[in-house]
Parts: sequence; C-alpha cells; structure tokens
Amino acid sequence: MDLTMGLSILDLARVQFAMTTVFHFFFVPLSIGLGLVVAIMETMYVIKKDEQYKRMTKFWGKIFLLSFAVGVVTGIVQEFQFGMNWSRYSRYVGDIFGPALAVEALVAFFMESTFLGLWMFGWERFNKGLHLAFIWITTIGSAFSSLWILAANSFMQNPIGFKVDHKFDRAVLVDFPALLQNHQLWLEFPHVIFGTFLAGSFVVMGVSAWSLLRKPTHELDFFKKSIKIAAIVALVGTAGIGLTGDRHSLYLQDDQPMKFAATEGLDKNVGGKNESAPWSVVAYTNPKTHEVEWSLDVPYVLSILAHHSLVGGSQGWTEINKELHEKYDLKFGKDMNYYLPNNTIYYAFRIMAMSAGAFGLLSVVALWAVRKKSKLDITKYKWALWIFGLAMYLPFVAITAGWLVTELGRAPWVVYGVLTIADAVSPNVSFASLLTSNILYFLTFAVLGGLMVMLSRRVMIAGPDSEERVAEELVDPFSAKAFEAGKEA
Amino acid sequence: MTDFQILWFVLIAVLFAGFFFLEGFDFGIGMALKGVAKTEHEEDALIASIGPHWDGNEVWLITAGGAMFAAMPFWYASLFSGFYLILFAILLGLIYRGVSFEFREQMKTAKYRNLWTTISAVTSFFVPFLFGVLFADVVQGMPLDKAGDMSATFFDYFNVFSIIGGVAVALLSYVHGLNYLRLKVETGVLHDRVQTQIKVLYPVLLVGEVAFAAGLFLFTDFFAKKPLITVAFLAVIVLLTVIAWLTGLKRRNVWSFITLGLAIIAVVLLLFTGLFPRVIVGDVPSMSLLLKNATSSAYTLKWMTIISLTALPIVLAYQIWSFYIFRQRIVVKK
Repeated sequence: MDLTMGLSILDLARVQFAMTTVFHFFFVPLSIGLGLVVAIMETMYVIKKDEQYKRMTKFWGKIFLLSFAVGVVTGIVQEFQFGMNWSRYSRYVGDIFGPALAVEALVAFFMESTFLGLWMFGWERFNKGLHLAFIWITTIGSAFSSLWILAANSFMQNPIGFKVDHKFDRAVLVDFPALLQNHQLWLEFPHVIFGTFLAGSFVVMGVSAWSLLRKPTHELDFFKKSIKIAAIVALVGTAGIGLTGDRHSLYLQDDQPMKFAATEGLDKNVGGKNESAPWSVVAYTNPKTHEVEWSLDVPYVLSILAHHSLVGGSQGWTEINKELHEKYDLKFGKDMNYYLPNNTIYYAFRIMAMSAGAFGLLSVVALWAVRKKSKLDITKYKWALWIFGLAMYLPFVAITAGWLVTELGRAPWVVYGVLTIADAVSPNVSFASLLTSNILYFLTFAVLGGLMVMLSRRVMIAGPDSEERVAEELVDPFSAKAFEAGKEA
Repeated sequence: MTDFQILWFVLIAVLFAGFFFLEGFDFGIGMALKGVAKTEHEEDALIASIGPHWDGNEVWLITAGGAMFAAMPFWYASLFSGFYLILFAILLGLIYRGVSFEFREQMKTAKYRNLWTTISAVTSFFVPFLFGVLFADVVQGMPLDKAGDMSATFFDYFNVFSIIGGVAVALLSYVHGLNYLRLKVETGVLHDRVQTQIKVLYPVLLVGEVAFAAGLFLFTDFFAKKPLITVAFLAVIVLLTVIAWLTGLKRRNVWSFITLGLAIIAVVLLLFTGLFPRVIVGDVPSMSLLLKNATSSAYTLKWMTIISLTALPIVLAYQIWSFYIFRQRIVVKK
C-alpha cells in the first residue's frame, strides 16, 4: 500500500467519508427539525388565523430553505462516494445496501424536493390548507428519507436477511422486509428523529436569543412565540432521545459488546449477577496497553443503566477481545485488531449523554420563561440569552458525537462481522486523487459552512419583515393559445 | 441474461434520459446567465424560470445513481471508482451550482451576486460537459482488469472523442435551455436576444451532431456491431434537431422545445443501445464489463422492480403537476 506522511489510502478514504458525512449530517437534522417547527408554525397560522404565525413561518422558513439547500447538495456526495471510494464495499453489499439508497431517492427524496418547491413558491397560488399540506409532506418526506438511509446503516450495524453468494463473492438479500424489520433500525431511527427535533428547536431558540440580544424591544412577541413552540418541540425531543437512547444501550450489549465496553470504559468485567457495577464519570485508557489507567467511579450506576437494576455486570474489552478472536479468527485471521479507539468513543458518548441533560434543562427553563402567565422580562437576562445563543450549536456536537460512537464502534468492520473496512476501499483510486478530493472537500465545506452561518445571521438581522425579490406574470406557455400563437406569427 | 437484467438496463437508461432532458435545460439556463442575460433583472428572471424545478430535476440523477447501485452494483462500483476525479469534479460542480441560486439571492452587493452568477454559469457548463466526457469514454473503451477495476490515465479520460461528446452534451443542454427560456419569457429584449442566438446555434449544433456521429464511427464499435440501429438513431437525432430548428423559426416554440428534448433523449438511448450487452466497454474487448455479470441478484431485482414500477408513475404525476402549477411565464422586472 502506498504510504505517504504515514497515511494510507484507507486512512484518507476514511477521513474523507467522516468529513463528508458529518458535514452532511449537520444539515439533515437541521432541515428535518426546522421543517417540523415551521410546519407547526404554519399549522398554528391556519388554525388561529393569526398573521404573526405566518410571519414566523416565513422567517424561520428562510433558514430552513438555506439548510435544505446545503443538505441536498452534500447529499449527492453521499450517494456517489460509496462507488467512488468504497467500490469493493459496493460490490460486496450492493445487493442489499443499494436498494435502500435507491428506494430513498425514489419514494422519499423526489417527494421532498418537489413539494418543497411547491411550498417555497406557492404562497400566493394555493389555499392555506393545501399550502400547509406541502410543508408537512416535505417534512415527512425527509423523515422518510432518513428511515431508508438508517435502514442501510442498520444493516451495516446488525446485518440480517442475507446470504453469501460465492459465485460473485458477495452478500445477497434473501429477505427484503428484514431491511425494515431490523431491530437496530427501530433503535436508531427514533433516536435520530428525536435528535432532529433538538437541532431544529435549539436553532430557533438560539437565533431568537441572538435577535433579542441585538434589539431587546424589537419583535418581542414574535420571538417569544417562536421560543415557546421550539421549547415544546425540544422537550419532546429530549424525552425521546433519552428513552430511545436507553433502549439502544440495552441492545448494544448483545449486538456489539465491544462498542458498549468502549462507551463505558470497561477494560475488565465488572459486577455480576448479584453484584453491582460502578459507572465512571471520567476515565483514561492507555491506547497501547488497553488498560484503564484511572477513572472516577460512581457505584451502582452502570447496573442501573445497563440492566435497570441495582445488580448486574458488564463485560470488559479484554475478555470480549478473546471472544471475538475465537469467533472470527477462522474467517478473518489471527491478526485482526478488535480493540477500538476507546478514549474517543468513551468521551464522545459522554458528550452526547451530558448534552441530553443540558437539552432537557434548557427546554424546561425556556418553556417556563415564556409561558403565558410569566411576567418575566426575558430580555433583561442577557446572560441567559447568551447561553441559549450558544446552545444552538450543542445539538450538532451531540449528534456528531453520537455518530462517532456508532461508526467508530463498529470497527474493524464496515458490515459488522461480515466485511472489514480494509476490504471495502476502492483499490484503484490513487493517493494523489484522494488527497486532492480531501483538500477540496474540506475547502468547499468550509466555504459552505461559513456562508451558511453568515447568511443565517443576515436573515436574522433583516428580521421577519424583509422582502424577497422575484416577480412573475400569469401567462400559460403550454396553453392551446400558445400552440396557436406560432401559427399566426 | 434474464429479463429483469435487461429491464433494469432499460430503466437506468430511461432515468439518465429523464435527467438529461430535465436537468439539461436547467444547465442551459445556468449557462445562459452569462450567455444571454445582460442585466441583473434578466438573471433573476432566468433563475426564477427554473427555481421551483431544478431540485426535483436533479433527483433524476440521484435516482439514476441509486438505481445503478441497487440494480447493478458491479457497474456502479467500477464506473464510479474508475471515473473518480471526473465524478468528483461533477460533484463539486453540482454542490456549487446547487447553492449558487440560493446564495446569489442572499448577496447584498452586485459584485458578490455576480460572483455567484458566474459560479452558476461555469458549473452549469462543466457538469454536462464532464458527463458527456464520461459517457463517451464508457462507450469508447477503458482499461479494465479482471475484477472490473479501471486503471486509466489522462488520455483515457480526455481524448478527441470524449471532448466531442462533452461539447456536444453541453451544447445540446445550452440550446435546450434557450428553448425553455423562449417559452418562459414571452416578449421583450430578452426574448428577442434568445431568439437571435437560437437561430445561430442550430447550424452549430448540427455540425456538432455530425462530428459526434463521425466520432462514433472512428472511435467506437457502434457501426461495426449495430450498424442499422446506430444509423437509424443518428438519423432520428438529426431529424429531430432540424424539426426543432424549423418549428422554432415558425415560432412554434412548444414544438421546438419538445423535439429538441426528444433529440437529447435519443442521444442517451443511442449510447445505451450501443453499449448493450456491455455496461462498460473495455479497451480490450474481452475485458468489457458485461450486463449479465454486473447486476444484483434476481431476488433484489424483483423487489426493486415492484417498488420502482409502483413509485415512478406517482413521482411522474406529481412532478408534472408541479410543472403545470408553475406553468406561468416569467416577466423581467424593469
């Protein structure tokens, strides 16, 4: 393998995949979450006939559209890069992974794009009810998109419903419905969807906070109403991620024990049938010896988290490593490294979990502060507005941390127990090509991310009453008259 | 080869044809931002004419790619890894082009608006150009090994025939875009300018088509393997272009738009017909990647067929409905 700067083709391909996917996945949850918040606002407008809600819909709709645009263009990269960078993966599991992606485009993505166009340009053309339907169809369409993408990811995490076709050396599908019946999907999908609630709602609360910091008296009612809707969505989202995350942990211990051990920093087995296990708040693992050098432990908590009981043990990675070698050495050889980047996964998991606590706290505070009976002048609490302004970035940190746990924790496999990452990469894409694409992707994403933040800020500064610029006149080019017109000329 | 394999080859051809027909005029409009429009209001009008549609049109490409991955993973893997840098450039083009419309709208000064207009125009040229290069290479022959991995050098990608292919696709898209614009902008100086350009471009387009035909004869095995079909397709393409030209002169703009659109579809179908039963032509004939070895299992193809044939008519219905809703012409602000 070509080695330059200590990096291999595989490293570069992995870095690129992480970069393109993480960047894309800033905008996916933001679009779904903002779509939901905007859809709720427009629903309020249709029900209450209060113009304020229409202004809210249009204002937050602008940020939603920016986010959607960046999400769409970075999404194309996702579909292409499997073939481009992971050709051996594409050949090996294309029979299973491909359909999930194709169905996503066919049944969900078409729907989102078309109905978003109708919504965006259709304010003057449709009655209120129909126009409202478009934003809901768009939002449900994008949630449906994520269902299929996560079905594909769930197969990689927990492959079921396939067999190996030796003639073409690949895995083939034997049970299509299994793609959607995978229990992994029903752990991941709700967790991700509730995460999108948080991304959308915290951006609404954050931008509202920044706006109130800029001009405290300006549009107070507008932003308070926005915060209220967002806070309710955020509260539902927090409860959702908590419950689904907890369920996920329970399954993880059996499905991918190595990942579970890494999230909790367990080198040795802890607890037992009648014995409690402590949970560490912070810990450090020596990456060379794979031993936990120090940790700060709280008794009982791991048993509670992992077994919903005061007693119950968990396996450490030393033992799991032995088991994995016993199970897989025949297939993958003795040289496989089953240890994970434990510190990264451990802290990513803690960042995610602690963010969830912050989300809950902040959404309760926000809801309490803007409740109808509240006499609180929220504009006076500048420090609190600052916190909310900064907190809008936290969901993206938490979501990225969550994906790092999920994806890094699956190593050394790209499809758990079936195909290794090293066997998945394109053999014919050169180091130079990969380096070029890595650098240009990075620059592009920096430009897009920077512009996205700048433009959102500009939308915010312009405020709810800014005008758009495009005019049209009503003439039908495909009418019978138009066909006739040519003959006269 | 099974019927399902052939069906999916046809379906992927149809998806690419749909993509080039629909996104073709979007690309054309993009190029026209620099080729036709002279004021910012004209640029606004151009972008407004595709505003509600370009995103939905681009989904045809995403669906074509997805269908390829699902139904022909071996084709998808060999093609996408083999054309790594070209597809990477296409992706960058689609990224910058996709955000350019939204970002341009948001820019405060004429200078930055013009920057994004330029980005839009340049990427709108390069994406169809590179697709033309890619498809020309695929039918011309590329160095493939036994695993289907391509190891090509610069001149395998960029050569006389592939450049002709690239220019032809870009030019077709441009004229197609102008035809669309002529429908959407009814009268005035912009309309007249479009009309003047179209008149000049048809002869150029016909020369391009002849060059492309000559390229097919010299650099591919289309004429050797399927002479009748190839000649028939080429005749149809030229005929449709001439009809588009003449109907345009008589101001039957709808017919002109439709016939040139059909010519684009015919080009895609010709390439796929000549390619069959291969999916990538090898530089050594025995190394060509064959359709029968490129597809998913019969089981997956069956499921994909059921889902696609259910979903596609619905998709078509609401896309056509959307075009119908936004059928009004655009008026240039004064």
